[in-house]
Amino acid sequence: MTKQPMRVWPAEGASRAPYWIYDDPEVFRVEQERIFGQSWCYVGLAAEVPEPGRFQRSHVGDRSVILVRDKEGKINVLENRCAHRGMEFCRASAGKATRFLCPYHQWTFDLEGNLCGVPFKRGIHGEGGMPDDFDLADHPLRKLRVTNHNGAVFASYAEEPEPFERYLADPMRAYFDRVFDGRPLRVLGYMRQRIPCNWKLILENTKDPYHATLLHSFLVTFGLFRADQKSEVRLDPSGRHAALVSRHGGRQLTVAASEMASYKSDYTLQDRRLLDMQAEFHDGVGVVMMTLFPNLILHQQGNSLATRHIVPRGPDSTELSWTFFGYEDDDEALSTRRLRQANLFGPAGLVSLDDGEALKATQEGLRNARDACAVVEMGGRDREDANVMVTETALRAFFHHYMHVMGFVRAEDER
Amino acid sequence: MNPETLRGYALRAAVEDVLYDYAAALDEGALERWPFFFTAGALYEVVSRENEERGLPLALVRCEGRGMMIDRATALKEVLFYSPRTYRHFISNVRPVWRSEERIEAVSNFVLLQTLVERETTVLVAGQYRDTLVVEDGKLLFGGKRCIYDTTMIPNTVVYPL
Ligand code: FES
Ligand SMILES: [Fe+2]
Repeated sequence: MTKQPMRVWPAEGASRAPYWIYDDPEVFRVEQERIFGQSWCYVGLAAEVPEPGRFQRSHVGDRSVILVRDKEGKINVLENRCAHRGMEFCRASAGKATRFLCPYHQWTFDLEGNLCGVPFKRGIHGEGGMPDDFDLADHPLRKLRVTNHNGAVFASYAEEPEPFERYLADPMRAYFDRVFDGRPLRVLGYMRQRIPCNWKLILENTKDPYHATLLHSFLVTFGLFRADQKSEVRLDPSGRHAALVSRHGGRQLTVAASEMASYKSDYTLQDRRLLDMQAEFHDGVGVVMMTLFPNLILHQQGNSLATRHIVPRGPDSTELSWTFFGYEDDDEALSTRRLRQANLFGPAGLVSLDDGEALKATQEGLRNARDACAVVEMGGRDREDANVMVTETALRAFFHHYMHVMGFVRAEDER
Repeated sequence: MNPETLRGYALRAAVEDVLYDYAAALDEGALERWPFFFTAGALYEVVSRENEERGLPLALVRCEGRGMMIDRATALKEVLFYSPRTYRHFISNVRPVWRSEERIEAVSNFVLLQTLVERETTVLVAGQYRDTLVVEDGKLLFGGKRCIYDTTMIPNTVVYPL
């Protein structure tokens, strides 16, 4: 059987990324099945549904789900699709309910997703109605598997998902638990943007410290993230997750500024409060950017903490929902720092704005270039941990894992 | 028509002048002038309607005073990467009231249109300004500005101030 040539990965393997993975509708469809339909996916914070009856709309892949806390206090994740005719019945973004009522024919479901009422089930005056053997118990909402890990909620469509302990194993788990240490969280608010690019480009952006040292002039200039700082790239054994770790430096450059056109030595802040960060994790680490495959970015940058939830909408369209949070026991001064530092992030962020713009332009550049591919060789061709920022090792690890789950083969293996 | 009503019209005209000058400065790309529509200690915030309605304090942009506005303006002009664009503000439904001897509160609607290279013009965001205006050195300045945007999903980025 001959394979379509565009399905064949370049012979170099994970140090190349063929551009067809970013704009082919068929690839997108298969990803929804094999990745978002199988993996653990981030859906939200337990703090968003603090008490029984509280619900919050969310997504797994491009499918709408509801995060809801039931009467027993357990968090359920239910597909937002009526068991009758498929209506996306939950219309409000968040709220409180004792049960879910689908407006179309008013089937009702309890907070665990069980069907508990069908109007006219017995018909009217002995006419109509459901067949005698129609059993409510056979028609629940689709219930996903759920893990609440220290206040971060993950769900999976798989009947038997991979054990969560294996999905989030050390060393990633240690970085994750550094922020999600079990302290009750307080949601500070949301930012939502639709970036006209493929979902993988967003994940890859946060696995790529090389760009952060160059594109993000703001970070570079103020020593928040710079090539000459002590830093690490830590990978999950599978390659799918990564953590970029950096210690803040001063403004003093230790390499030639000529290598970093983005270093603007004459730019100074009028108001230093924007970058006035309070040491709170006591390990000297200023930045940890984590990617948890397939749909979560967790950032700790100074005092700013946020989850960035990736919702793929189509091959070239992705929604990014940022949930900024702190801890319930934050004092006023720390809360204010978190709110102030949020100026750096999101669709108008002094750092993240560059990313939205760069990702859009990247998608535009690779569109329909199905015979071309990205060159990913900074830091070598392997996929090992690194102690330097100018490396693309986490991208290679990601492509390696991605090829595996998607079943893509390299050109030479195919022969 | 009684004098009270006429004074109300004069007030609206005065506030509209400030809003239109503000919009003109931004639409012309005169970012360096933007912070000087505000008092030195003014709080400028861009907040989603979602956060506002849920009582969540997070702002998309939060400048505590003119210094932070100057820093943002400078960053936009000299530091950040973004594709070239034109923004055009439309401000309407201006409703000012005197809150005290020296303080006016005004709400108004805004629509911001965006045009990118080789692209059609689209709506970027729409929402409501909630402004406080004060007289300083004979000029009306914003003593505070909250831009509450309705747009649940922002089309990629908001580069220039609203
Ligand atoms: S589609 Fe929900 S009750 Fe009919
Ligand atoms: Fe970035």
